[in-house]
Amino acid sequence: MCLAIPARVVELEDGNIAVVALEGVKKRISVALVEDIEVGDYVLIHVGYALHKVSPEEAARTLQLMAEAGVLSEELAEIGESAA
Amino acid sequence: MKYVDEFRDRNLAEKLAKAIATEADPSRHYYLMEFCGGHTHAIFRYGVQDLMPDNVTFVHGPGCPVCVLPVRRLDDAVELAERHGVILCTYGDMMRVPGTKQRSLIRAKADGADIRMIYSTADALKIARDNPDREVVFFAIGFETTTPPTAVAILQAEAEGLTNFSVFCNHVLTPAAIGHVLGSPDPRDLEQVRIDGFLGPSHVSAVIGSKPYEAGAELYRKPVVICGFEPLDVMQSVLMLIRQINEGRYEVENQYTRVVTREGNTKAQALVDKVMERRDEFEWRGLGTVPDSALKIRECYAAFDAEKRFAVSEKQSREVKSCECPAILRGAKKPTDCKLFGTVCTPENPMGSCMVSSEGACAAYWSYGRFREPAKKKEAAA
Ligand code: SF4
Repeated sequence: MCLAIPARVVELEDGNIAVVALEGVKKRISVALVEDIEVGDYVLIHVGYALHKVSPEEAARTLQLMAEAGVLSEELAEIGESAA
Repeated sequence: MKYVDEFRDRNLAEKLAKAIATEADPSRHYYLMEFCGGHTHAIFRYGVQDLMPDNVTFVHGPGCPVCVLPVRRLDDAVELAERHGVILCTYGDMMRVPGTKQRSLIRAKADGADIRMIYSTADALKIARDNPDREVVFFAIGFETTTPPTAVAILQAEAEGLTNFSVFCNHVLTPAAIGHVLGSPDPRDLEQVRIDGFLGPSHVSAVIGSKPYEAGAELYRKPVVICGFEPLDVMQSVLMLIRQINEGRYEVENQYTRVVTREGNTKAQALVDKVMERRDEFEWRGLGTVPDSALKIRECYAAFDAEKRFAVSEKQSREVKSCECPAILRGAKKPTDCKLFGTVCTPENPMGSCMVSSEGACAAYWSYGRFREPAKKKEAAA
C-alpha cells in the first residue's frame, strides 16, 4: 500500500496529466503533486500520482529490486486492472 | 546496468553486516523499531535479521495503514455502503480486512453493496462523473504518502462542481504515532517494549521531509534514521543507528538522501494543508486514542466530507477475539505469540488486519518469517 513504483514520463497532457511507461504498460497518472516535470523524467508513482522525481539509476535499481522481490508483478496487476 | 550490478554485490551486504557486528557493543542489546510495514516486509523478504548479530533486534512498528485502522471505522464504511446505498470506492488492500463479526467489504459486496476497488482517486472521480444520480464516497486511508492524492481529488471535485462525491477521511500521521509509541506506551507493555531507535519511513518522508521527526527525537532522546526500502538501505541505516546509540546521540539522520530532503515535497504539503486539518484525536488499532494523530476535512470543504454528509450509527465494534494485532502493532508481541497464527489465521483466511496487508507483520512472518525464526535460534544455540 505504501509502495511507490518508478516509471518514465513519455507524454505530458493538459490538466496535470502525464502518460508514463512501465514495463511496456502505458498509464495516465497525475503530476499535480510535483513540479517541473518533463518528458523523459523518472517519477515515483503511488496510487496514480507522481510523488517525486528520481534519477534514472535510482529508478532502474528500484525496479530491479521490486522484480526480484516479486512485488513488481503485483503492482503492475493493480495498475493494469484500473486501466480499463 | 551498472547500478543494479553494484546493488547485487553481495560484498556490500557482507561488509555492512561485518561493520554492524564489529560496532554493536556486545555488552548491550539494540532494539530498533522499523516503523514502516514496507521495511518489515523487506527485512523478512531478504532475511536481514539473519545478517544481524544476536544483540540487534527489529521491533515491528505500526506503520501499516490497513493494519492500524480501527474496526469501528471499517464498520462505518460498510454501513455507508449498505445502509446509505452509496457507491463506496476503496483501495484494494482494505477489501479483505475483517470488521465486527468478520464482516469485510468484500462480504458486503458479495451481499449486494456497491463497493468498487480503485487504484487511484482519479478512478473515484470518474465513477462520480459517470453516476450523477448516485452518491460516491471514497474510503480514504493511509499515511502521509497517500494523503496528497485525496486532497487533489477534493480540489478537483470542487473545480468540476461534482456534488455527488465525498471522502470518508481516515488519513493518519506518522510523527504523532512515533511520539505516542515512545511517550505514552500502553501500561501493559512497559515490560515488553523497549526501543532504542527508529528506522523512519522512506516514502512518507519524501512527502513530509525529515524535519517533523526532529522534535520527537529530541524530546524522547531516541535517534531516527530515515531509511530507504531496499535491504542494503536497511542495513546501512542500522549501522547509522548503532553509531548514534553508541555515541549517545539522538539526531534525525537521513540515509535515503536519494529521495528524502529535510523539507519534503512542499507542493504536496500545501495541497493537503489547504483541504485538511488536524483532528484533536483519532483511534488507532493497537495504540488506542492518539492526540493530533490524524487529519479531517476542513470546514470550508464540508460538502466533500462524508462524515458530515452521512450520519453513521453508534455501534459496538469488536475485533476478532484472541487476535493479537493490537499488541503486535505496539511492538509488544510477535505474530508467533498469537494462538491463531498460521492455524486459523492465514493470508487466505485472515482474522486480523496484520494478516491481510502484505505490509502487516503477520503476513510477513507467514510468507517468509516462520521459516527463518527457527534457523536463527539454531544458529544462536550452536
Ligand atoms: S495471526 Fe491473525 S489473528 Fe493472530 S494477530 Fe495476526 S492477524 Fe490477528
